[in-house]
Amino acid sequence: MKKVYVNENVCMGCRLCEVYCLLKHAHTKDLIKAYKKESPRALPRVRVDESGIVSLSVRCEHCVDAPCVKACLTGALSRDPVTGLVTVDEERCIGCGTCALVCPLGVPKLDKAQKKMVKCDLCQDEEIPVCVANCPNEALVYMEEKPDTNPVVNYVNNN
Amino acid sequence: MSTTTNTKYLIIGNSAGGIGAAEAIREVDGVGKITIISDEPYPAYSRPLISEYLAQPCPLEKMLYRKPDFYKANGIQSVPGEKAVAINPAEHTVKLESGGFIKWRKLLLATGGTPIVPTMEGIDLKGVFTFNRLDDAKAIDTFLNEYRSNVKAVVIGGGLIGVSVTEALVKWGVEVTIVEMKDYVLNTILDEEAAALEADALEQASVGIITGRTVAKINSQTAGEVGSVTLDDGRTLPADMVIIAIGVKPRLDLVAGTKIKTNRGIVVDRTMAASLPDIYVCGDAAEAYDFVMGENRPTPVWPNAYEGGCAAGLNMAGKKTEYTGGTSMNALKYFGLNIVSAGLVNPPDDGYKTIVNRHNGTYRKVILKKGKLAGFAFAGDIEKSGIIYNLMKDGVNVDSFKQQLVADDFGLASLPESAWRSKLAKPSASAVPITTAEPKEEAVIGD
Ligand SMILES: Cc1cc2nc3c(=O)[nH]c(=O)nc-3n(C[C@H](O)[C@H](O)[C@H](O)COP(=O)(O)OP(=O)(O)OC[C@H]3O[C@@H](n4cnc5c(N)ncnc54)[C@H](O)[C@@H]3O)c2cc1C
Repeated sequence: MKKVYVNENVCMGCRLCEVYCLLKHAHTKDLIKAYKKESPRALPRVRVDESGIVSLSVRCEHCVDAPCVKACLTGALSRDPVTGLVTVDEERCIGCGTCALVCPLGVPKLDKAQKKMVKCDLCQDEEIPVCVANCPNEALVYMEEKPDTNPVVNYVNNN
Repeated sequence: MSTTTNTKYLIIGNSAGGIGAAEAIREVDGVGKITIISDEPYPAYSRPLISEYLAQPCPLEKMLYRKPDFYKANGIQSVPGEKAVAINPAEHTVKLESGGFIKWRKLLLATGGTPIVPTMEGIDLKGVFTFNRLDDAKAIDTFLNEYRSNVKAVVIGGGLIGVSVTEALVKWGVEVTIVEMKDYVLNTILDEEAAALEADALEQASVGIITGRTVAKINSQTAGEVGSVTLDDGRTLPADMVIIAIGVKPRLDLVAGTKIKTNRGIVVDRTMAASLPDIYVCGDAAEAYDFVMGENRPTPVWPNAYEGGCAAGLNMAGKKTEYTGGTSMNALKYFGLNIVSAGLVNPPDDGYKTIVNRHNGTYRKVILKKGKLAGFAFAGDIEKSGIIYNLMKDGVNVDSFKQQLVADDFGLASLPESAWRSKLAKPSASAVPITTAEPKEEAVIGD
């Protein structure tokens, strides 16, 4: 399975990860339009938390035990047993926020206009997620990990 | 002679708890026969979605908790529309309403809760409903479709289910009044201030709220049908329909008459086992471990039912597992307002410290005891509440950064380094970097 890791020692909190993630999820491919013309503005699926000199680029880590998947009221969230990817089926999500309440990183974002939750999908149509590709400091690294096993969650996702 | 079928695992209740258990059993035991019976005639659906069903209406396919091929793909024998009427723990059998018996090796009671219905005059009139299952939503839907316009409803009970049905009724254009016995709505899951935000949202949607009162009787004008209600202070409110939403209690009918120990719910240990061998219980029916209170009590919410079901299932299949526990926890989004709460909502005595941050419609409150979190409520902006929830669940001492917990810019970096490091994953020794040969694409800027 693939994962994005943060090397926080070289993250300066420039927030380009947020910028490119937002652009990726905007309708337009034009940065200015994405920020200034699109309403509602697209939501980045990554966020930078800062305190003093610490800045952390935080996104879904597609956890093995996936507390969000277990807590999901509707079954909209699932974790793929092969890729380990945690995804939300927007058709079935009602945006209740239960996933946000149990996520240890607090990463589920609520799209209030659509009444849906949105989250990182590691840019499925890109070779490398845009946050990683556009990080000027290489503070974000994309890596292949051995597949993990957690069949409880796998069974959720098989079905 | 009536027929007896055999199964390795029998699960009664085809909902959050039952599905959690079945999925966990299949993790450990890929072949042992699993049978799930339910007296509801549907595949597992998301119970909280019955208000969406009533409001939209949202078709059953969209409410399914798992994909339609779930049972088949996992080799689960599902028997919808079948009721278990008696358990014989010694014989390891369950008697079915349709006449037969099922012999099991391990039994799970995931029978959920049942609405509390007060005895009062008029409770049997046409137009009185509960709101706990899909058929309740269907019955209300049918009633509203048959009915004249300008329908007035009285919802008895301003808890989660009362507010949930109110939202659906408002979408139908029904004029709703909530009658809540306590001082404020949602009082079991929110403190007064967060609840006031929800009350504002309700009032903006023209919902009437009467607190500190209850309904003493339901009256009829047309014979057999609801016409009004009389409150305990003598006031009369016109009503065409009444929804009973005063609460849910663990469903104990099946264990009555057995030696299975019950208290408020069915008593279980940390492995979700009941007091008799080979019988497990989870979800709204059980009185399972609450990690905030440090004791067992009913915490009737969906995520706890699923998690407790997983723990029960693993134990049933022979993998000894402790339920890590749940607590009272809720995420609400009624009338467009996002609220979350977990643990205690009000400090029970002065051994607790409360920290609040409120402005511009956002509200953040944490309750601490001896430096550890014992509860919180967030309204308006709930997105990072999960960090707080996990600090509470992990029993982290937050004393040194407690003010940060309610700050507007609270985030992972607000935690001490050791705490945020433990949350962020690190690459394993065998991780291989993925790179691309392609040059970065520059963003288009204002073409
Ligand atoms: C309107 C509404 C809104 C809700 N909103 C939320 C929410 O936002 N968040 C949240 O966390 N929770 C919510 N809940 C609570 C949540 O739905 C429950 O906590 C959860 O469904 C409990 O799951 P369970 O598996 O224990 O039991 P249940 O979901 O109650 O299922 C038990 C099943 O067992 C069946 N059964 C019982 N006895 C027998 C028998 N003898 N034979 C055969 N079948 C039997 C029942 O018919 C039922 O189908 C809501 C509930 C309602 C009604």
